[in-house]
Amino acid sequence: MTSVATAPAPRTRPRGPRIGRALKPVVFITMLAPAVWLTFALLTDRLQGDVVKIIEIDTGTLALRALAYTLAITPLRQLTGWAWLAAYRRMLGLFVFFYATIHMMIYFGLDLELQFGEIWTSIVKRPYITIGMASWLILVPLAITSPNTVAKKLGGVRWKRLHRLTYLVAITATTHYLWAVKKDTFWPLVYFALFAALLLSRLIQRRRVRIPRA
Amino acid sequence: MLIRKNIEPPSSEITPEREYLNRRQFLGMVGSMGAITATGALTQAVLGAVQPVGAQQGEEVSDEEKVTSYNNYYEFGTDKDDPKANSQRFRTRPWTVKVEGMCRKPGDMPLDGFLSPSKVEDRTYRFRCVEAWSAVIPWRGISLADVIKRADPLPGAKFVEMYTLYDPSQMPGQRSGSITWPYVEGLRLDEAMHPLAFLATGMYGKTLPNQNGAPLRLVVPWKYGFKNIKAIVRLKFTDSQPTSTWMRAASNEYGFYANVNPTVDHPRWSQARDRKLGDLLRKPTPMFNGYEAQVASLYSSMDLRRNF
Repeated sequence: MTSVATAPAPRTRPRGPRIGRALKPVVFITMLAPAVWLTFALLTDRLQGDVVKIIEIDTGTLALRALAYTLAITPLRQLTGWAWLAAYRRMLGLFVFFYATIHMMIYFGLDLELQFGEIWTSIVKRPYITIGMASWLILVPLAITSPNTVAKKLGGVRWKRLHRLTYLVAITATTHYLWAVKKDTFWPLVYFALFAALLLSRLIQRRRVRIPRA
Repeated sequence: MLIRKNIEPPSSEITPEREYLNRRQFLGMVGSMGAITATGALTQAVLGAVQPVGAQQGEEVSDEEKVTSYNNYYEFGTDKDDPKANSQRFRTRPWTVKVEGMCRKPGDMPLDGFLSPSKVEDRTYRFRCVEAWSAVIPWRGISLADVIKRADPLPGAKFVEMYTLYDPSQMPGQRSGSITWPYVEGLRLDEAMHPLAFLATGMYGKTLPNQNGAPLRLVVPWKYGFKNIKAIVRLKFTDSQPTSTWMRAASNEYGFYANVNPTVDHPRWSQARDRKLGDLLRKPTPMFNGYEAQVASLYSSMDLRRNF
């Protein structure tokens, strides 16, 4: 699966236009801004309602949104030919892990107040938590293998194979979202459609690359 | 208009905020006076209803801004901030309440006429959402029992079914099929006749905000919030148990009774503890939301695990 069309190895440095590198801090700040805002809003009592629930839902949505951006990078790169976009994938991917981790910590720490019995019950008995927990666990090796040095040690092919789990997370995390809501299934279904489209575009791409080789 | 007098009392009748904030002290005083003069069961019943019964010590009335900004009211959208954003131009006048079914005095009544025979009361109740958040809310309104007595139900009537307005032109949520419309709720007649059961037309000393169910909503403080049907247009007396909207949507998660019960979990979360709006930490949820002494007898012969 080392076709030209799939993503380059993670050690690839952005060599594209300077704008690609210049935008990096902007993207970073944009992605971090919601976390800063939520912290500020929490400390200054600006969140009207059940604050823990508000932050919990917001961070979960932010993780899913970051995941959509991450998975959109490669198709977008292929579409536009902007090679420098590849450099954003890792940053966005790590933001998925960042928001997913806060999301989970708020659930266990503040929503369930670290009551071990409750945490255990929720993981074992509530399917939406089981699959949410699984999603986070899948993210862990992806985050660990994101630094260049680790990726190098792992090797490009194995790294790529491992990081295909991102698509699995897209499915499990959206299922978690769908099962967590009551009847307002609109957004979970939007994410399902989006991830399905992104996955499909990748599959078509791979097939197109494979046919001439066969 | 009579109701204007009821809902917006002259300024001389409005309790100053300072006295309002000291209401427990005041009620305690009135309570002891009541005990001294032994005015009997009526005083006790009224006081029992007015005080935030079962409220834990130090539990304060919730911040009005939070109670009016964080709402479940799918008619105006499924997000918690949707109702406030989308209900501001909702028309609550003219408003007609239809009383029908197994009663001797059915009829269509303009809201003002529907309300005016009853005494306007202020009652501060704990509110407990099925989503495990809670609040303490000062309501203004009338006793549901009073309304029911006036309708004079037939001996065969066992339940009262209630309906929210169906008007997709005003309620954008009704244009999509997230749940079935109009919203339906119901109570067993003895529950509806309970002195704690209340029809609210106001809160925090003001007219009820649209996002909180104006112009008329149910308040049954020992049940989960979704029982408290908003923007009521119809009361129907019936001999068969109504199927409420949430029972229809997910009968494994929402039952007809929906009594607050910390020992029966929702399939997706525990009901043992609730978090008051604005708080970071939870407190234990009392049985029947703290109204056990008043309402437990309604369910003495029932398996509450099955009849959740």
